[in-house]
Amino acid sequence: MSEQRQLDNRVSTRAANTPPSGIRRYFELAAEMDEVISLGVGEPDFSAPWSARIAAINALEQGRTSYTANRGLRELREAIAEYLTTFNLAYDPAGELLITTGASEALDLAMRALVDPGDIVAIPQPTYISYVPTAKLAGADVLPVETTAADGFELTTDALEEAGAATADVLIICYPNNPTGAVMDRDALVPIAQYAVEHDITVIADEIYAELRYDGRHTSIAALPEMRDRTVVINGFSKAYAMTGLRLGYAAGPEPLIDAMNRIHQYTMLSAPTTAQHAALGALTATGDVVSEMRSAFDKRRRYVVDRFSELGMPTAAPRGAFYVFPRCPTLLADDAQFAEELLTEQQVAVVPGRIFGAGGQGHCRVSYASSIRELREALDRIEMFLDDY
Amino acid sequence: MTTELLEILLADARQGSADIARQLETDAGSVDAAIEELEAKGVIKGYQAVIDWGKTDTARVRAEVELNVELDRETNYAEIAARIARFPEVASLRLISGSYDFAVDVEAESMQAVSQFVADQIAPIPEVTQTVTHFVMETYKERGIYFDDTDEDDRLTISP
Repeated sequence: MSEQRQLDNRVSTRAANTPPSGIRRYFELAAEMDEVISLGVGEPDFSAPWSARIAAINALEQGRTSYTANRGLRELREAIAEYLTTFNLAYDPAGELLITTGASEALDLAMRALVDPGDIVAIPQPTYISYVPTAKLAGADVLPVETTAADGFELTTDALEEAGAATADVLIICYPNNPTGAVMDRDALVPIAQYAVEHDITVIADEIYAELRYDGRHTSIAALPEMRDRTVVINGFSKAYAMTGLRLGYAAGPEPLIDAMNRIHQYTMLSAPTTAQHAALGALTATGDVVSEMRSAFDKRRRYVVDRFSELGMPTAAPRGAFYVFPRCPTLLADDAQFAEELLTEQQVAVVPGRIFGAGGQGHCRVSYASSIRELREALDRIEMFLDDY
Repeated sequence: MTTELLEILLADARQGSADIARQLETDAGSVDAAIEELEAKGVIKGYQAVIDWGKTDTARVRAEVELNVELDRETNYAEIAARIARFPEVASLRLISGSYDFAVDVEAESMQAVSQFVADQIAPIPEVTQTVTHFVMETYKERGIYFDDTDEDDRLTISP
């Protein structure tokens, strides 16, 4: 037996069955090139607000380098509870909120706290690439639910029916959506909530992009009738406050669910990073509205990018949230993977092929507009040249 | 459209009308018309670069001058301001609240030239009772632009 084979045998089946991330190939390709303009970035181009950074610096200066309570700093939980009321969500900071190491940890905890081996987790797609592996790591059977450009990539009960989601135990939704930029208004969410109630499905609502809505205020499914007790809301500071590297998220939900998540969290994480918690408190309690300034900048870029793509004959379902557009790749190319690869090698513009986001993603690509207008203009000019060459 | 248009111009006034139009979901002609109207109304007064003179070979000295004035029945603040504002050395002029009346930014090629300007042109104005000149030693931030901004785009090229 070769050494490699022996080492492979030591890896658990669970790990062995977890595929490498689909973006890796493009990441490596882009890393070899100079002058790449990347529209493949899943994080804001802003830095964290100065109020957050200075709060982190102050906390370090004052020697606040110990663990916090498992659930996180009480003051921060109180500030988050207050903040969540802006989405008509009321949670008790003592028992219904858990501060986590990024929304990613909250997702993992929710999955492990809610899923028994063999449970069915319904995942509307295209969607964020972590849901499927996280669900599988928790032992779930994943049920993809395809959403379509025709529906603006919103989830419908028809799509749930068609996928056979009535038997699902858990449904994960993410609106505003990565990668499509789709949002779901209250009217669209109500039937989904009714479906969840009717079929006794627990909902994990990843609302990390809630602040990045451009045509109104985000509606949380947890705020709809009968949903509070069957929903875990996940949110965090990464997108709204441009704090991705500080790794700070949270989960809000009914006490028994948050309690179950905290039982796992206390052994696997103990507490979220203390410095980041202080930064988050600084972000939430700052004067001035840094979030709306960033939102306003994203909105202008969104309109710019949508207009350019429509002129280029790459239509996008009107994206109303997050910082992505999900245009259809030109049909003259074989598929989205080829489009992304050739665009990168020919014009050094990085986008992410839609297929890696799951069912319904093929034939599209994800374009992030978390870049300055100047960069976006240059990138779109290059895409235009690329298309002209065909 | 006005507020958003002004925000866009404030962020980068060198953007072309076509690019601005896309951000406002309109066409370039409408942007040009709106800008012309704002200029005609005097809302937009001009377009300037923000320059870190310390990085150039050009000598440029700036002072912030506090002015106290005494009004009488015939003279009001606006009239005094009109007299001071017309000097090309005066970069900005504001009436402010507090312990003095006018805040004047004076720019010239040397400290001596600034001093001389204040002594020869400002101080002798009959209504001016006092001047205090503060020379600017270092500029860190101007018009919202932080000169020593070290924030770089350190993001991964592709991330989920």
